Amino acid sequence: MKSLLAALALTTALTTALALPGAAQARPVTLTTTLNDYGGDGAYLALYVTDASGAYKGSLWMAGGKSKYYEHLRDWYRATAGNTAEINGITGASVGAGRELSITLDLSDALFDAGYVLHIDAAVEDMRDSPSEIAVPLTSDGAGKPTAGRRYISSFSYDM
Amino acid sequence: MIRSLHRWPGLAAAALLVVLALSGAALSLFPALETLQTPAQGDPGLSVATLATRIQAQHPGVEQIRRAPSGRIVAYWFEDGAPGAAAIDPATGAGVASADAPAARGWLKNLHRSLFLDDAGRIAAAVGAASMLLLSISGIALVVRRTGGWRKVFSPLKGAVSGRLHVEIARVSVAGLLLSSATALWMSASTFALLPEETAPPAFPAVSGETGAVVADMPALRATAVSTLRELTFPYPGDLTDAFTLKTDTGQGYIDQGTGALVAWNDLGGFDRVSETIYMLHTGKGASVLGLVLGLMALGVPVMAGTGIVLWAGGAGKRPRIRANAAPGRADTILLVGSEGGSTWGFAKTLHDALAADGHSVHTDAMSRFAPTRYTSARRIVVLAATYGDGTAPSSAAGFLDRLAALPEAPAAPLAVLGFGDRNFPAFCGFAQDVADAAAAKGWPALLPMDSVDRQSPQDFARWARAFGAVIGTPLEIDHQPVAPRTCDLTLVSRRDYGTDMQTPVSILRFAVPRLPVWRRWIGQGLPSFAAGDLLGIVPAGSPVTRFYSLASATGDGFAEVCVRKHPGGLCSGQLLSLQPGDSMRAFVRPNPTFRPKRGRAPVILIGAGTGIGPLAGFARANANKRPMHLWFGVRHPDSDLLYGAELAEWQADGRLASLTTAFSRAQTRSYVQDALRRDGAQVAQLIADGAEVLVCGGRGMAAGVAEALTEILAPRGLSLQTLKAEGRYGEDIY
Repeated sequence: MKSLLAALALTTALTTALALPGAAQARPVTLTTTLNDYGGDGAYLALYVTDASGAYKGSLWMAGGKSKYYEHLRDWYRATAGNTAEINGITGASVGAGRELSITLDLSDALFDAGYVLHIDAAVEDMRDSPSEIAVPLTSDGAGKPTAGRRYISSFSYDM
Repeated sequence: MIRSLHRWPGLAAAALLVVLALSGAALSLFPALETLQTPAQGDPGLSVATLATRIQAQHPGVEQIRRAPSGRIVAYWFEDGAPGAAAIDPATGAGVASADAPAARGWLKNLHRSLFLDDAGRIAAAVGAASMLLLSISGIALVVRRTGGWRKVFSPLKGAVSGRLHVEIARVSVAGLLLSSATALWMSASTFALLPEETAPPAFPAVSGETGAVVADMPALRATAVSTLRELTFPYPGDLTDAFTLKTDTGQGYIDQGTGALVAWNDLGGFDRVSETIYMLHTGKGASVLGLVLGLMALGVPVMAGTGIVLWAGGAGKRPRIRANAAPGRADTILLVGSEGGSTWGFAKTLHDALAADGHSVHTDAMSRFAPTRYTSARRIVVLAATYGDGTAPSSAAGFLDRLAALPEAPAAPLAVLGFGDRNFPAFCGFAQDVADAAAAKGWPALLPMDSVDRQSPQDFARWARAFGAVIGTPLEIDHQPVAPRTCDLTLVSRRDYGTDMQTPVSILRFAVPRLPVWRRWIGQGLPSFAAGDLLGIVPAGSPVTRFYSLASATGDGFAEVCVRKHPGGLCSGQLLSLQPGDSMRAFVRPNPTFRPKRGRAPVILIGAGTGIGPLAGFARANANKRPMHLWFGVRHPDSDLLYGAELAEWQADGRLASLTTAFSRAQTRSYVQDALRRDGAQVAQLIADGAEVLVCGGRGMAAGVAEALTEILAPRGLSLQTLKAEGRYGEDIY
């Protein structure tokens, strides 16, 4: 239920934020983020999209409910100034060490093979911040290929 | 009202509070440990520019430098594809210790703030903090009421151990508990975003798009002392849009990585400072000594939870069910109860049952529900009133005096007032006396003069009940035991007889204390531990009323010793004095913690007459470390009833007694103990001025005479027995 709601909200968010030309075709995409056993509290993760020049375009998901910690998701926070309207309806629980976060969203076709980059910022209480730990271009070819993170994320992949 | 605000939240939250307090106390150690382990910073003027340059030299891939409130500096870097971190020695920029927080701290912190239950646990912890705050405030109100005012809050306490321990720990730790619980609530509110938002960092500025500025030359970093640093974050390598982020204890901003200039800055707002101070006060991070103190104070919580439960389970506040309570309009006898802890209700129930058994129709209710217009059939009204603290009304008597004062005229049914209290408190039966005085002023006829029951004495109560029964034409033989005693057989091992020549036989009876394995004593067999001054209760054959004798020995002596005078026609004393070694008697021990020397080295003045020497001799016997104890002792004749004569001389010789003064009322120079005190007035006054406490044991007449003499002695020095009692320095054991 939550992912459906999220997808609806997201469709709105991304069509407005990205101002995509023409009628957008959308398809379900599953984003799978697996954390390693870093031995700390649950990680906050921000999933968002930038264009080829690095300009923020929109958020896909926020794992972690307390806005006072969002400033530790540094790149996301820098881009959005911490505006929680960006993640309205697409916020879930933080993700424990060693756990997997899997979300399925209806993403516009126009996002793929157009230079857009998916970022994940990660932060854990009392541990270092890890902005843009994942930054993968969204391409049709890249689907299903895992990418390794540097600190908290052992692998990330998107499947269409 | 206040008591319920203390009792029920306390019982409901006890387990939760114990967990929070213990985990909090353990957590309080970490900031102190961190402070100890942090290398001292030799150069107080060290700038962030210099520190960052040193660290960069060691770790070119440095990403972030953080300074904890303890002064610990941690650097994070990313080199050769792997992240690294270490605690840094600021003098060299080299790593000296692991940057990882101890795993135990993380575990404890999660237990402390969320009980491992995430948000549900955070809410539970917040409820715990709110309960602690409520308990602290209601507890302060109760202690102020009990001790009789703010200025007396720290006056010495008397009473049973669990109650005293509860209040003593509370007095020491309540400040810390207030601080910890209030700051905890603030932090909970902040976590759940119930507080205004903190100042946001400045909007990310437009940057030059160049790189290459040297850290050592950046003016903002050169101007910032390391001691004010919070965090310096380096730009993401290769990201031309990024900048240095600097956070200090005054604000935060960005430094251009091309020009080295500060391009945006926001000062911390007043609200942020308040938040940070509260965080520091709660966690001790940056105030590790305060943290340790708060942690120590939190350790009082488990003890208070335990003693609190013991107090509650011990019957405090439990109101017995009154069976066959007649309607107020039908009853011929109205019993009104003013009770704080609940023990007076027990007496009321016993009286109620005894009167009902004799055919009376009795209505028993709280004094606060005094409604004389409804007592249409009443022929007598009885007030059983305890006193709370410094003479104030106990909780179940709230409003009684106001209601009485507001009556157009006093009830026609005559009134009997019985006060309950502890003679060692200055306002002994003060509230009952107020009731009696107010009734007299109103013209309310008295059924019999006001009387008092000292320390729940069954004897006092039985004596009053006999007098009351005689007035109303119902013989009342009442034994009210607040707690049913578990008796055990004591065997007489020796007796020493005195006074036989004066036809006033007195004996020192020494009973063997049954030696039982510890586990049998735990299950309540044998005698519990006792000290001199505690009471030996004996129920004689042929009467339900227990008699109490003050013990002259302690458990460690291996025997239980009492002094018994033969009363003409006395049932119990007769039976005791007819015992021969080898005979036995059923007995039990009742603690009497208000009558014994307080701990310390202050001098002790012991004053006794006749069998009153018992507990005083016990105090001297136990005085192995030779605290100055001065005894004034009155008997009839040195050759007849000088109890403990040989031992007293011996104890004086070995220093257990600093001085011994005797007074003989039937010798040639007739003198009572109060006369001896007057003669030694200067010495007595000096001892009291030196902080001595006074313990008096004997009959009522002798105690009154002693009080009078001491009042005369102390008056010129501006001292009174009232002040001594208020300071817990005047104890009486009177029979």
